[in-house]
Amino acid sequence: MAEDYFQGYKGRALEVLKKYNVRVWGKCSIETSRGKFTGTILPRAENDDDKHIVIKIDTGYNVGIDVETILQMKETGYKKANYKIPEKEFPYTEGLPRVKLIGTGGTIASRLDYRTGAVIPAFSPGELYGAVPELADVCNLTTEKVFAVFSENMGPDQYKKLAVAIGKEIENGIQGIVIGHGTDTLHHTAAALTYMIQDPPVPIVLVGSQRSSDRPSSDAALNLIHACYTAGHSDIAEVMVCMFGPTSDEYGLLHRGTRVRKMHSSYRSTFRTLGDTPLARVTRNGIIPIKKEYNHRRKDNKATILPYFEEKVSIVYYYPNMQPDIIDSLVDNGYKGIVIAGTGLGHVNIPLYPALRRACEKGVAVYMTVQTLWGYVHMFVYETGRELMALGVVPAENMLPEVAYIKLGWALGQTNDPEEVKRLMLTPVKDDITRREPYNGYLVYQGGLPEVEEFVRKFRK
Amino acid sequence: MKNKFNPRQNYRQTLEDIGYVTLKEATQADYDRIGFMSGLEVHQQLKTREKLFCRCPSARYQKDDEFDAEIIRHMRPTLSELGEYDGTALMEFKTRKEIIYRIKNETTCTYEVDDTPPFPLNREALEIAIEISLLKKLNIVGEVHITRKQYLDGSIPTGFQRTAIIGVEGEIELPHKKIRLIQLSIEEDSCREISDVGHTRVYKTDRLGMPLIETVTYPDMVNPQEVAQTCHFIRFLNRSTGKVFTGMGAARQDVNVSCRGGTRVEIKGVSKIRYIPALTHNEAFRQWALLHIRESLLKKVKKPQEWKIISRQLEPDYFELKPRMAKTMKENDWHFYAVALPKFQGVLSHFTQPGKVFADELSDRLKVIACIEKPNMDHSESFKPLLNEEGWVQVKKLLQARADDALLVFWGPEEDISTALETIEERCRMAFEGVPNETRKAFADGTTIFERVLPGADRMYPDTDSAPIPLEDDYIESLKDRIPPVSIDAWKQMQKWKIPEDAYEYILKKNLFPLLEHMVKEMNEDPVFAGTLLGHRLKHVEGQVKPSAEFDYWQVADLISMIRNRKLDMAIIHHLLPLVYQYPKMDFDSLLTSVRYKPVSKEKIIADIPFLKKKFCTLRKNGDAKAEVRWLMGQLRVKALGNMSLKELRDIIINNKAKKTKAKPQ
Repeated sequence: MAEDYFQGYKGRALEVLKKYNVRVWGKCSIETSRGKFTGTILPRAENDDDKHIVIKIDTGYNVGIDVETILQMKETGYKKANYKIPEKEFPYTEGLPRVKLIGTGGTIASRLDYRTGAVIPAFSPGELYGAVPELADVCNLTTEKVFAVFSENMGPDQYKKLAVAIGKEIENGIQGIVIGHGTDTLHHTAAALTYMIQDPPVPIVLVGSQRSSDRPSSDAALNLIHACYTAGHSDIAEVMVCMFGPTSDEYGLLHRGTRVRKMHSSYRSTFRTLGDTPLARVTRNGIIPIKKEYNHRRKDNKATILPYFEEKVSIVYYYPNMQPDIIDSLVDNGYKGIVIAGTGLGHVNIPLYPALRRACEKGVAVYMTVQTLWGYVHMFVYETGRELMALGVVPAENMLPEVAYIKLGWALGQTNDPEEVKRLMLTPVKDDITRREPYNGYLVYQGGLPEVEEFVRKFRK
Repeated sequence: MKNKFNPRQNYRQTLEDIGYVTLKEATQADYDRIGFMSGLEVHQQLKTREKLFCRCPSARYQKDDEFDAEIIRHMRPTLSELGEYDGTALMEFKTRKEIIYRIKNETTCTYEVDDTPPFPLNREALEIAIEISLLKKLNIVGEVHITRKQYLDGSIPTGFQRTAIIGVEGEIELPHKKIRLIQLSIEEDSCREISDVGHTRVYKTDRLGMPLIETVTYPDMVNPQEVAQTCHFIRFLNRSTGKVFTGMGAARQDVNVSCRGGTRVEIKGVSKIRYIPALTHNEAFRQWALLHIRESLLKKVKKPQEWKIISRQLEPDYFELKPRMAKTMKENDWHFYAVALPKFQGVLSHFTQPGKVFADELSDRLKVIACIEKPNMDHSESFKPLLNEEGWVQVKKLLQARADDALLVFWGPEEDISTALETIEERCRMAFEGVPNETRKAFADGTTIFERVLPGADRMYPDTDSAPIPLEDDYIESLKDRIPPVSIDAWKQMQKWKIPEDAYEYILKKNLFPLLEHMVKEMNEDPVFAGTLLGHRLKHVEGQVKPSAEFDYWQVADLISMIRNRKLDMAIIHHLLPLVYQYPKMDFDSLLTSVRYKPVSKEKIIADIPFLKKKFCTLRKNGDAKAEVRWLMGQLRVKALGNMSLKELRDIIINNKAKKTKAKPQ
């Protein structure tokens, strides 16, 4: 393939570069109607306009030059940047556990992608060791990139591939698994893997970062260290999400894959266990358990892999004045399962009833969850609830809406028998439904109150 | 020791050897001899309502212990855009600092603590930055690109500062020469440090994120006074827009200095311009001294690349340490180490800055890099040794050191020892090279200490969270219409008006030239009167009096108008000005009452003279004619003030008297 001399440039900007015979990475001096500029031509992000050329000036800053102001341009040199995370061979240490890091496209270590102007992940063990050398004190790490997609593009295909790949690793006797993942849908994948890999003998830890690893304050390195430590040393053989506990660089939390949810669009401490407490706290030095009951690590290499998923499943987030055609169109489009995120204790308005009756009669599995996220569906309390159940809508206890969606897809992937689906759905798996909600499962403190402010001031969260 | 080495004498001798002269004595010839070169990076806060990348209020400050929450972060170096690690970044990583941010909800949101991506750049700030760039004749960029500049000291929670170039290649004119500018950038201000002890550094985030511009000059200045003058002129220009903050910390500068054969060293955070001459003078000579050390070392050490320190752990109990020292060491479980520096005799007590020697360079780095608080070491050429002579003999024996080696001991927590040893060796090795690349912290006495390794262009990285901002020609043209006259033009105009030069600095610094111009051109006031009224009288008043409400300098023009409207004598303004300044809301009549003004006709005042003269005759103690005039003026001043010219009154008194003396010759 011929080298692209004009990476990302198009239209007018490309014409100007060609006219003056100047390449990307060429050092050049530019005469413009606004004065003289000198620097190195940089690639341009694909989505930026065609009216400017970007140069890096000697002081290291980037500036854009309006192509219409350019009077003269001259290339005086050429030096292509060699952007590379220093790669060092990951050292093998006798006695440390063997951990496999499976890549899916998240940003644990990353480098700049000029094409999109965003960062792209670096991944090989050598690159990771170069960026986070502490990993070598924690485990013997190998890596495998199963696929590379952004978090929002993860879906059933990826869940299944991951489950199968992990199953193979377990069979081969790996001592812990870490999955690098974008954070947006991390909890969906965590739920899917919990259902698809049942009774694993080793920890399976999903990890991501809220601040990309190209910044000094990134949470990526610490999250990865925590995740590798958990995978290699923890006694908890479950599918977990390992992310920052507080926003401070202090400790990570291990959340069950079925009770965890991303709760803030950008905070580091965005992942929270809802309706229960996390499994444990993790620091560089060890794991401090919070919950007493969990699946213990085993020496056998056995796990039940159930890589099934029915794609025709949807979540319907109920809002006042929702029209029945929303439900109708799902049914008419061949959907086999619907999870409703209802108001309050699990309610929708009366105009929806006929549509829901029709759905149930057509064999569509309809499950009710709550959009309050915390608390149980209680459909006996009000008449509406009872009527809904009579139509065939099944209350899904305190399952989170996203978890119920994943579980329904997984259940329908295995059977079409409504009773069997119902059995699968309502049989608790790793606390996706809990028998009780402890008092400290719901702690959303309100800022501004004196006692809360005192707590916040005292503890670094 | 037999032929005993005398460190004090060595200090004096080396000071003389390098030809050090004090700032007062130094002439241009001295600066030419050592090849003095200096440039500036001047930071100026912009007066905007909100911060640069979020909607937090700007310029609201909190006290050190006033905070709602604390957050902890650690910083890791990352690669630059061009794939390099930055030296400073690696040094900061070595220090393993725990950074604590004290945040107040009122001034800090999730953006400052790096839990939210940036909001679009504050347009108000961008506009001010462009205006100032135009004033400095910079070439304005076609598209503003936000860049991340790494700072691993924790002064910014993200680990980088968001910054962007507005213009390159400009100039400012001084009265006697032009200084070229490299660039002007807009950036977010950093946190304010509360403390830095051991491995913990505490910051507050109130100032963090405020819009700031940085003006960078070429190293065109050839003596310390010129550096200060350039800094004044950059400040004048910034302030002439009226859109920048003034007061403590609103303007700060970094000063780059080198001597011939030396290295660019950056003196950080110089808060007052008057500190600049001594700082740059001393830094240039410090570099000159380091080059002298290099020369002497290279004579003694043939293969510097093989030079190594010799170190070993000591048992503190075997040494007679000062009791307090021994106690602290025991209590903190510190380790005690001795180091021999082969062939370094005479280097540790070599002059570097007034009152400082090469050993201080080591001690400073131990504090900053190894995080061992001072006092952290002692050495064989110390003026006030902590270890007695016997102790040094013992150390020498233990290390098998030679006569021309220098010795030092240091102490600190076990986990910091290896970094400390590395640091000592690294700095000593640099002595063979000459002047290390570093940033230094300024002290009011004109000396500096090591702050960190000088960062390079390697710490720049495009901000992937922000889109570039195009600057259209039309937009820039529209801003050109608003920019005020350039400071050098104002300077020249004031010269033309024959206003004394010592008034200019105040007038330009306070951005009073537009007011002065108005007084002269619109109000037809005498330029010298108007210029000195502002540049001398007002300056004096400001130094003496504290205003009770916000004083608007344009009230001076109003005051003149009111005096004119009442047809009062203008001299009264000297009495009214301090009052107006102190009580900006007081009305004119109350002001007049306060200075005890009563309307009296000139004739009536003059009519009092003969009576007063008679009275004076009864009081006089000697024949001094001037005493009479003084006394009479004193009696009549209050009455005359505003009603007639005091000069005229004096003339009348004197002439009157002259006539009388003629009439009654003795």
